[in-house]
Amino acid sequence: MSADTHHKTTKGLSGEVLEHTGVKVDKCYQCGKCTAGCPMASEMDLAPSYLLRMLQTGDAKLEEQVLRSFTIWVCLTCEMCYSRCPMSIDIPKMMDFLREKSMKEKKASKKAKEIIAFHKSFLSSIEKTGRLYELGLTLEYKARTMSIMQDVGVAPAMLSRGKLHILPELIKGRSAVSSIFDKTINKNKK
Amino acid sequence: MSRIGVFVCHCGENISATVNCQKVAETASGYEGVVHSVDYKYMCSDPGQTLIKQAIKDKNLTGVVVAACSPRMHEPTFRKACNEGGLNPFMCEMANLREHCSWVHDKGDLTTEKAIDVVRTQVEKVKRNQPLTDIKVPVTKTALVIGGGIAGIQTSLDIANCGHKVILIEKDPSIGGHMSQLSETFPTLDCSQCILTPRMVEVAQHPNITLYTYAELESLDGFIGNFTAKIRKKAKSIDEKLCTGCGLCTTKCPTKKIPSEFNEGLGFRPAVYVPFPQAVPNIPVIDRINCTYYIKGKCKVCEKVCPTKAIVFDQEDEIIEVAVGAIVVATGFGIKQPDFFPEYGYGKYPDVITGMQFERLASASGPTFGEIKRPSDGQVPKKIVFIACAGSRDEAKGIPYCSKICCMYTAKHAMLYQHKVHGGESTVFYMDIRAAGKNYEEFVRRAIEEDTVKYVRGRVSRVYEKNGKLIVKGVDTLLGAMPVEIEADMVVLATAGVANPGAEELAQKLHISYDGYKFFAESHPKLKPIETNTGGIMVAGACQSIRDIPESVSMASGAAVKVACLFSQNELTREPLIAVVNRCAAPLYSTCVGCFLCQSACPYQAIEREEIKDRSGKLIKSIAKVNPGLCQGCGTCVAFCRSRSIDIQGYTHDQVYNEVMALLNEY
Amino acid sequence: MVLGIYPGCSLKGSSREYTESVLAVAKAFDIEIKEILDWNCCGATAAHNLSKELALALPARILALAENQGLDEIVVPCAACYSRLSGTQHELNQHPELKSKVVEAIGMEYKGTVGILNIVQMIDKYITPNIESKIVKPFDHKLACYYGCLLVRPKEVLKFDREEDPQSMDTLMSKLGAKPIDWAFKTECCGAGLTMSRTKTVARLSGEIVKDAADRGAEAIIVACPMCHSNLDMRRKEINEYNDQKINIPVLYTTQAIGLAIGLDRESLGLQRHFVKVEI
Repeated sequence: MSADTHHKTTKGLSGEVLEHTGVKVDKCYQCGKCTAGCPMASEMDLAPSYLLRMLQTGDAKLEEQVLRSFTIWVCLTCEMCYSRCPMSIDIPKMMDFLREKSMKEKKASKKAKEIIAFHKSFLSSIEKTGRLYELGLTLEYKARTMSIMQDVGVAPAMLSRGKLHILPELIKGRSAVSSIFDKTINKNKK
Repeated sequence: MSRIGVFVCHCGENISATVNCQKVAETASGYEGVVHSVDYKYMCSDPGQTLIKQAIKDKNLTGVVVAACSPRMHEPTFRKACNEGGLNPFMCEMANLREHCSWVHDKGDLTTEKAIDVVRTQVEKVKRNQPLTDIKVPVTKTALVIGGGIAGIQTSLDIANCGHKVILIEKDPSIGGHMSQLSETFPTLDCSQCILTPRMVEVAQHPNITLYTYAELESLDGFIGNFTAKIRKKAKSIDEKLCTGCGLCTTKCPTKKIPSEFNEGLGFRPAVYVPFPQAVPNIPVIDRINCTYYIKGKCKVCEKVCPTKAIVFDQEDEIIEVAVGAIVVATGFGIKQPDFFPEYGYGKYPDVITGMQFERLASASGPTFGEIKRPSDGQVPKKIVFIACAGSRDEAKGIPYCSKICCMYTAKHAMLYQHKVHGGESTVFYMDIRAAGKNYEEFVRRAIEEDTVKYVRGRVSRVYEKNGKLIVKGVDTLLGAMPVEIEADMVVLATAGVANPGAEELAQKLHISYDGYKFFAESHPKLKPIETNTGGIMVAGACQSIRDIPESVSMASGAAVKVACLFSQNELTREPLIAVVNRCAAPLYSTCVGCFLCQSACPYQAIEREEIKDRSGKLIKSIAKVNPGLCQGCGTCVAFCRSRSIDIQGYTHDQVYNEVMALLNEY
Repeated sequence: MVLGIYPGCSLKGSSREYTESVLAVAKAFDIEIKEILDWNCCGATAAHNLSKELALALPARILALAENQGLDEIVVPCAACYSRLSGTQHELNQHPELKSKVVEAIGMEYKGTVGILNIVQMIDKYITPNIESKIVKPFDHKLACYYGCLLVRPKEVLKFDREEDPQSMDTLMSKLGAKPIDWAFKTECCGAGLTMSRTKTVARLSGEIVKDAADRGAEAIIVACPMCHSNLDMRRKEINEYNDQKINIPVLYTTQAIGLAIGLDRESLGLQRHFVKVEI
C-alpha cells in the first residue's frame, strides 16, 4: 500500500470545511433527520441534507451551487439539526463558514439581499457605537433595502412603551470595538 | 555434553530475501555444542522435516534449534518431527527469523547479524532445556449452558442428544427468551410460540438436561474440561416439588396490577406469577418486590389457597456447586429502553411503542389477543408509522452499529398490520433496507408490493402529539429531502438491540472478553466465531452480536458441536509449561522459605501448601506446591518469589538468563 | 451576594422590561447586581454569519472586561447573548491558536474563567432556595414554557437542560404554583434574527408556537430570551394574520412571573411595556 492511501486529504470545499471548522461532511449518510426537523427547510432552495450530499461529491459545479444557495443565508443557526444528527455533524458551524466564504467570494444569493443587509446594518451599528442602536439599525436597514414602509406601525408603538431610544448609547471603548472590526471582518478590505 | 543441531529455513524467499541464511548456518556451526548446522528452502516441508529427523539419528542430537518463522504456527510441527526423530519434543526451540528479522528489516549485513544473534540465544537456551512430558487432565463430560432463550435451548438439546449431560440455567422464571414473546417470524410468518414451545417442553423432559430457572451464575473456577460453577438459585418462594402448577395462587393473588415483563408493560400480572401460559417450568414465583406480604408483612392469600402447601415464604436463595467441562454462554440481548428517544416521545406518549411491544400486540397470546389496538384507548390505529433505526446507526446516542434484525421485523410488523387492519395505512421510515438472508429481500418486497406498505427513505426528526394524533415529521430523501408529515394513530420504534444489562459482570465472572458495546468477544472473527479466548467457553446467539433466530440456532448447534468435540476425549493434553517449586535433598528440601507470597499472587488459586514431615510425622517445613491442573503458566508467582524458588518449566531462570547473555555476546 | 450582569443591547432597548424585572427580582432576594462596565454588543445573530473571528472577538472583549472588573460569575439574561458568550468561551478554551488570535484582536488579557449563568441557572442557584417563603400570590396559571433554541442547544457547549423536552423552566414555574403544560413547540425556533429581513418567516414560525400554546389552553407563554419575546409579543399582529385567528395570550419573562408571584409591583416588572396586554 502506498502512503497516500493512508493519509487521504479531502479536497475541494468539503476539505475547506473540515480544515476551518472540523466538520466532516463525509460522516453524513443521508438520513435526512436534519431536514426533517429544520424549521426553515420549506423556504430553502437546497435542503440541509441535500447540501451535505452536494459537498460529498466534490463536484466543483455543485460546490459553486452551494456557495450561491439561498439555504446558507436563510439558515437560522437554531442548532436543531445538530442536536438531532445521529452522526453529530455540526451543520450550523459549517453554515457559518459557508456564509463567510460566500460573502468573501461575492457569491451570496441575490434572494438573500435583505438578510445580508440586516446583518450588515447590525454590524455597522455596533462598529460605530459599540452597542446595537436599534433605531439606527432600522433606518440603515431600510436604506439598504429600500423598504421604507416596513414596520412603520411598530416604531411609534415601541416609542410609546419606552422600548426605542432616539439616540444611540455610546460606549467609551468605541475605538476598541472598531479596532476589533479592523482586525477581524475588515482586515482584508483595507 | 550438548549436541545441538541448527536448521535455518529460507521460508521460500520470506527469510532468504533479506537474511543470508547460509551465513547464519555457517556461523552457528562454530558455536560450542553445535554439532550440525544447515540451511534449507522449506524446513516445514516433508523433506525439511526429514532433514531434522535424520540428523537427530545420525548425529545423536540432544537439542534442536529451528531458525524459521514464529512458533505460533509451526512449533507443533517441528516438535512433532523431533519426537518422531527420537528426541523429546520440548528439546526443540524456534528462533524467529521471519517476523523478528526478515519481515521487519531491509536486506543487509545487520539483518543477518541480528538473525545470527537470535539463533545464538536459542542455542544457549536449548542447551539448558529439560525433557518434559505433556500434562493430561480429565474431562468432566457435563456442559453448563447459561441462558434459556432459543440459542440456549438449541445448544442444550444438541449436546444432550449427543449423550452428554447438560445443566441449563435461566435467570427468568421460564425458559423461552425473547422468541417466546414474538408473534410471527420472518420470512415465513410462522407462529413463534408454535415452533418454540415444543422445544421448551423437550428441554424440560430430556433425561440429560437439568434445568434451573430463576437461577444465575454466581462464580466460576477452573479451566477447560474442569470447571466448578456456583449457581445461585434465587428463591421462588415456592416448593417446586410440591407445586403442581395448578395456578390457583396466581388467580387469587390480590396484587394484580404489576406491569408484565412478558407483555413489555402492555399488560399486568399478579405478584405470584407464571410469565406466560406456556412457561416451562409451569411453576410460579413470588415477586418479592411487589408482593404485599413481603412489603407489609401480611396477606398470605396464596398460602391459604394453595392445595399442596407449596408456598414457602422464608425460602432462601440456594447456592449449588456443579462440576462442568464446558460452558456455552447464550444470554441473548437487551432492548434500548425509554428516555432514549425524547424526540420521538417514547415513554411520554403511550401510543409510541417499541417493536417488541408491537410483537405483543400482534401475538395471539398478547394483551389484545392479537388485535392491533393502541395502548392509550384501545382503538384500532388507522394510520401507523414504523421508524427504523430508532437508536441503531446513531453514533450520537452511542450505538453506531446496525442492529441487523430491525429491517426484517419492521417489514414483518407492517405486513402483519396490513393483514390485521383492513384499510389501514402503514408507513415505514427507513434509511437502508438490510435484507441479506435467505428469502429476506423477497419478504420485504412482498410487504411493499403486495401488502402496500409505504416505504419512505428518511429518518424521522420528531414525533409529537396534537389533538389525539401523533404528528410524525420526516422527509423523503429520494425526493430531494421533501418534508413528509403524517398524522398517525400509533408509532412503532424499531429500537436498537443492545447487550444485556449485566453482560459485563458475567464476562468478568467467566474470564471472557467483550467488545466496546459489551457484546461477548469471539476468539477469531472469521475462523473461531463460537469459541471465546478462554478454553472450554463458547458463545451462542445474540450475546455475541445481534442475531436473528436462524443465525442464533445455527450458532447454538455449532457451539454444541464444539462441546461434543471436547467431550469426545477422555482426557485433555496440556503443555507442561507450568510453574514448579524446586526441591532438593534434606535437610533443606527446597529453597522455598514458606512465605506464601506466591499464594496470594496467583490468579488461578494454583498454589497449595505442602507439609514436609519426618518419619514420626513431625512437621519439618511448609513449602509451596503448584497444582499442575490449575496452573496456567502465567509466571506471576515467579516474579513474586523472593527466594527464587519457583521456575516456569521451559522458561527457567537459567534458560532466560543465558538467552540474554547470549544476546550480550558473553559467549 | 454580588453577581455580574451582561445585559446586552436588547435589554437596554426593546426589551428593557426584562432588565427591569431581573433587577427588581434580584433586589427582592438581596442579590447585588453589578453591570459589566463599558460592555459592547456580543455580535448576536449577525456577526457569526459574516465573520467567525469577529463573532468570537466581540464576546471575548465582554468576558475580558468582566475579568478585569474582578467578576467571577455573571448572569446573562438574554439567551442569545448567553449562547454567544458560552460558545466563545468553549471555543477559545478548546483552540489555543484561536484564542491568541482573538486576544490580539481585542488587545486585552483574556483568561476564559468567568462563570456564565443563563437566567434559569441564576434563578435556580440564588433564588429558588429562598423562594417558597416569599410567594404571596401563587402564580396559578396554565403556562407554556418556551425555551427556544439558544438556551439548550448545543448541549456540548451549554451543558444545561436536555435538548428535547427540557424541564428546567417548567420545574421553576411549578414552584411558583403554576401548571406548566405539555406542548410541542418548547424548543422550536421563533425566527430570531430574521425578524426584520423576513418578517413573514417569523410570523410563520412564531405563529405556530403561539397557536400550539393557545390550542393547549396556555394562559401565558414564559420565555427567557428577548428575541423570543419580541417575536412572540411585538410580532403578534403578523402572527395573528398568519394564523387567521386572534390569539391574545401574553408572553412573560421568567423573572416577571416570579415578580408577580412574590407580589412585586406590576410597573416595576415592566408589564405595561408589552404589546400583548398582560392581564394575568
